[in-house]
Amino acid sequence: MTKPAKGKSSVMAVPAAASNTPLTTRFRRSLRRYPSLFFMPALLIASLAITVAVHPQFSDFDLQSLAMGALPLAFAAAAQTAVVISGGIDLSIGSVMAVANVLAASTMEKASFGESLLLAAAVLIVGAAIGALNGLIVVLSRIPDVVATLTSGFIWGGIALVILEKPGGGAPQEFLNLGAGTLFTPWLPNALVLLVATVVVIWIPLRRSKLGLQFYAVGSDRIAAFRSGVNIDRTRFAAYIFSGLFSAVGGLGLTMTTGIGAPLAGVYYTLSGLAAVVVGGVSLAGGRGGMVGPVMAAFVLTLIPTDLIFLNIDPNFGQVIQGTLIVAIVMIGGFVDMARSRK
Amino acid sequence: MTERSKTVFSRIVAAVAGRGLVSLLRTRTIVALIGLLLAFVAGIEVARPGTVNALWVSNMMLFAAPLGIVAAGQTLVMLTGGIDLSVASVATASAYVMATHSGLGGAPAVLYGLGVGFAVGLINGIGIALLRVQPLVMTLGTGLMTEGMLVVYSQKMMANAPRVPQFIEELGAGKFLGGIPNDLVLWAPIAIVIIFVLRRTGYGRLLYAVGDNSQACTLAGIRVWRILVVNYVTCSLLAAVAGLVIVGGTDAADLSLADVYLLPSVAAVIIGGTSIFGGRGGYSGTIIGALILTVLNSILILVDAPEPVRQILYGAIILLLATAYTRLTD
Repeated sequence: MTKPAKGKSSVMAVPAAASNTPLTTRFRRSLRRYPSLFFMPALLIASLAITVAVHPQFSDFDLQSLAMGALPLAFAAAAQTAVVISGGIDLSIGSVMAVANVLAASTMEKASFGESLLLAAAVLIVGAAIGALNGLIVVLSRIPDVVATLTSGFIWGGIALVILEKPGGGAPQEFLNLGAGTLFTPWLPNALVLLVATVVVIWIPLRRSKLGLQFYAVGSDRIAAFRSGVNIDRTRFAAYIFSGLFSAVGGLGLTMTTGIGAPLAGVYYTLSGLAAVVVGGVSLAGGRGGMVGPVMAAFVLTLIPTDLIFLNIDPNFGQVIQGTLIVAIVMIGGFVDMARSRK
Repeated sequence: MTERSKTVFSRIVAAVAGRGLVSLLRTRTIVALIGLLLAFVAGIEVARPGTVNALWVSNMMLFAAPLGIVAAGQTLVMLTGGIDLSVASVATASAYVMATHSGLGGAPAVLYGLGVGFAVGLINGIGIALLRVQPLVMTLGTGLMTEGMLVVYSQKMMANAPRVPQFIEELGAGKFLGGIPNDLVLWAPIAIVIIFVLRRTGYGRLLYAVGDNSQACTLAGIRVWRILVVNYVTCSLLAAVAGLVIVGGTDAADLSLADVYLLPSVAAVIIGGTSIFGGRGGYSGTIIGALILTVLNSILILVDAPEPVRQILYGAIILLLATAYTRLTD
């Protein structure tokens, strides 16, 4: 890969949506452009409705446990989304989450609330640094992303085990409450607030920035992006930093919701996070999709085993359903694409 | 940045080894791989004189065989530009299902185990070839399904405790004629058949062709889907066979038996010089890759470091090897 030409990038010249088009046309257009923006809420509402139907006593407590259960998975999905949109894939997310999780739990055990917040900031920096290392490995080694991050994930997993050999550690109660408590009413779990706030604070400015646009440009067509003056390597590197950052938040979320650090807890989240990304309508080919779909998909995927328990079915079928759902959704997407291209 | 660092890198390599050697490594990568393998073996012998003897070599072969068999399937799949992330789950499931059916006798139990591989492979193949799901997503999905089904199955089978039959134990851990591992007798024919099929048969050529440009293959009248279905079934069957060998070695079927084989199966193929984008590579490189990883593992065990540190070193060395390889041959 040669060095991209310097200069102002021309990908910025994206026309703003015309404001004088009728509302229905605009609605239809955005439905076509972002199907997951409408499909995912529908799926989420449907699965919530099913949950309430099979479990009529659905209470604020159930909502809290749902939000707490989905929190780490949602961040894993967000981390994966950042990389997948820019045309890569990160199979080390679960291990980075584990590192953040054990790092937080092992250092915060005897800390005050204020100290724990400072430590949390440090953990975020470590997460971003690990993400940067992942990015460097991918960009410099030129090993395909899948293999590079599968291998680096192995390394981070080892580091998590070095930090904390067995599940243990802890954090001050006030810190745990950031993810486990509720705000104002019992129907507004802190986990939900934390999730929305983090995604809004990190993702929306990013997506509106030049860098965010470059993520999409590089993901949808690397050569076209290169010819438009986008620095491919730098963009992919940046995507991995954000992946590391989101993974670190996910690891902190894991600490908040479980109260301890577990070096092997993260493993589950690599694949399930990827599942949420796929279910959430982000194309693994890159360049398409947003953050709303995967985050909502994380809730749907968390609801499935819960519903199975309420229905007295072995919750282990949840994983089977998860696998089926990934494949089915990708197939449906394929059929929709085929039908559209025939028109 | 990459261009410059690449030239710097090549210059360093050239300064160290001389141009002739670099071009030799580029054209005859298998030589480089064998050289690396021998360097590793020499390293062990220097660090711990007397380690390398007939027993050690036969143990390396014994441990490398299951990895080599999983990586064989992975090689076939990667040659067509795919990847199979379900191999570890399939190997575990095959071993577990076989062990719970051991009461039926040897052959039926093995057939049950291989049946798992066949079923998952067929689903993979149909999804990838006919329904156009990306291999990564499809095999990720079937891997999750297999794992989930296996957990449910293991709870249903509480009464029917898994038991590894005697001959599987012999296969996975035994040796004959004073040191030839039994599983080598399984691995060697598999390797010969795969190398023969890839180099000498039409099917082998088609695999490379599909990996190189599947659209051109379709236009040329090749039924690409058939090749892919057969390929994914073969890959899963090989994973199932490897699962049987692995469980023979450990003598205990548990639900995370073959998890550790996923990364090495991919790494052996990459280090062995098969491109993940398809169309380039072969099984002979993978064999050396599997041997290198096995020897590396034994070095790390000799190092006497705690398990997590070994894991870190293992991953880091795989990264270095794969990087050196990719950058040398690109």
